[in-house]
Amino acid sequence: MKNEEDLEANLAGDGQPASEEPTSVESSEARERWFQRLRKGILTSTADKKETPEGLWSKCPECNYICTTTELKENLFVCPKCNYHHRIGSIDYFDIIFDNKEYSIHFDNIRSKDFLGFTDLKSYQKRLDEIHAKTTLKDSMRVATGNVNGNGLVVAAMDFEFIGGSLGSVMGEKFARAVDYCIEHKLPYLVISKSGGARMMESAFSLMQMAKTSGKLSQLSDAGLPFISLLTDPTFGGISASFGMLGDLNIAEPGALIGFAGPRVIKETIKKDLPPGFQRSEFLLDHGFLDFIVDRKILRDKLTQIITLFKG
Amino acid sequence: MPQYPNRQFLDFEQPIKTLYEEIDKLKQTAEKSKIDMSDSIRKLEDAIDDKRKDITSHLTPWQRVQLSRHPDRPYTLKYIEKMTTAFMELYGDRNVKDDKAMVGGFAQLDGETVMFIGQQKGSNTKMRQLRNFGMPNPEGYRKALRLMKLAEKFNKPIVTLIDTPGAFPGLEAEERGQGEAIARNIYEMMRLKVPVICVIIGEGASGGALGIGVGDKILMMENAWYTVISPENCSTILWRSWEKKEVAAEQLKLTATNMKNFGLVDEIVPEPAGGAHWDYAGAAELMKISILRALAEVKQVAPDTRISNRINKFCKMGFWDEL
Ligand SMILES: [Zn+2]
Repeated sequence: MKNEEDLEANLAGDGQPASEEPTSVESSEARERWFQRLRKGILTSTADKKETPEGLWSKCPECNYICTTTELKENLFVCPKCNYHHRIGSIDYFDIIFDNKEYSIHFDNIRSKDFLGFTDLKSYQKRLDEIHAKTTLKDSMRVATGNVNGNGLVVAAMDFEFIGGSLGSVMGEKFARAVDYCIEHKLPYLVISKSGGARMMESAFSLMQMAKTSGKLSQLSDAGLPFISLLTDPTFGGISASFGMLGDLNIAEPGALIGFAGPRVIKETIKKDLPPGFQRSEFLLDHGFLDFIVDRKILRDKLTQIITLFKG
Repeated sequence: MPQYPNRQFLDFEQPIKTLYEEIDKLKQTAEKSKIDMSDSIRKLEDAIDDKRKDITSHLTPWQRVQLSRHPDRPYTLKYIEKMTTAFMELYGDRNVKDDKAMVGGFAQLDGETVMFIGQQKGSNTKMRQLRNFGMPNPEGYRKALRLMKLAEKFNKPIVTLIDTPGAFPGLEAEERGQGEAIARNIYEMMRLKVPVICVIIGEGASGGALGIGVGDKILMMENAWYTVISPENCSTILWRSWEKKEVAAEQLKLTATNMKNFGLVDEIVPEPAGGAHWDYAGAAELMKISILRALAEVKQVAPDTRISNRINKFCKMGFWDEL
């Protein structure tokens, strides 16, 4: 089992994994930085060896299998040995899902702002500015439209690297506009979740996005259009307590950590260790909260099948 | 309602306790010396009234949070008892069990049948445990939804009273789908054909509150708080320390005044001087006036329009820049 991760540090917008050695590959934007860190991690023990070219090697956090990044990417960021699904970003999913990697990104002009003047150890505005300077991410969700084996689909995917993929006003508004787009063009809607939960820096406004997105799903439902919720590692809090669990189909990648309360909070509440596999996709499937688990390598085929079945 | 000396006093309420103690002394002196001290006692009683008003007129956000958790503060069933007649409590989610942290049932409010639903806290150690400190499990949210559907079937309006430190973060709660239960409620509440009025009466913490918090009118009591996370948990995550809860409470802008100014709640329900714990009947009466007014307003709208208005109301919430 991979290292216990500090999900909450991500929600605080600190971004950096707690340990020096990273636990997973993050989104495409982060990968460059990540591999630099990984390289540092790998080279500590083999410092005398010839320097490995940057970004060439990748080590699986589950089974320690080492392969080239090209091999990993060709395998859709799934470990060729143990099937561990590395964390990837919105663009990676769009590339995987859409025909010929062709799609258009929508609503990218919406930006978060520090309406409340929220300051913890840093001001919210400063956090936003820093992420905008460091990455090409505009917020924690991107919306794209394109075809999957010739079938039109609207996809909203989260970027965990942007303040832990947190749910704020911008995600709520992009989600809402994506639903409107689906209704206008009579298209099914896929949301790929990967989030620590609500964006605390937006206080009650972030809470209300749970209501806003659910209200939009009500309109999508009235239009008779399917909503597919794909949950990936990790999906917590406000996401799982709103649209994440409201799919006509709820599906998940294997081994993803999914829940309402985070493992730390539950552990502190019940004062016991959590059983192995707790809050993993397979656990949710067993308890009846998922329709099925889908391997990333057959995601495109499954989506095609879903769309075809709903159409036919 | 507890009377002095059984009242409990928060640190910023200590001046009131001192006044009560002075009254006690005067009464003892009067008893011993057979001198009439009623004038002085009356003056001290007036001073208590003034102090109550004075305290709630300038509370910090954190003190407001403390007041919302005051051990003498009335809870859901108390308000139902004081506001309504013929209350019939209904139990169970028809599936797993009856969650004692979520209560509900039909009652008559001003002669009309209304479904009341709310989180329930306990007022002593034993009851607090029974009520799980007002933290529902998934079956609590499913019980609430069952009662809402029952009300919808018989075309009765719904009033929810919100008072929770959060949905219970337990192992079984996860097994039984805490996230799904809350999500389902939010979704279904958006689509209810009957009027829905929500009142935040104490603690409005996160998804656990919103799970019964989607309605046509959202009311909030003067000394309640409502936001995405408790100040303590926010402090732990963002400041990496439990100690910054006061600052977190300020930054979260969680008071009724903040929420009203943001347009996230529609109306502030005033409380008796010093807070609802000083006068249960008075607090209930003020709440009843607000609920009846809100109900009268939303009843005039046709069900379909009411639903689309409800969705649009929440869709307007948020702030962003558009480049
Ligand atoms: Zn592996």
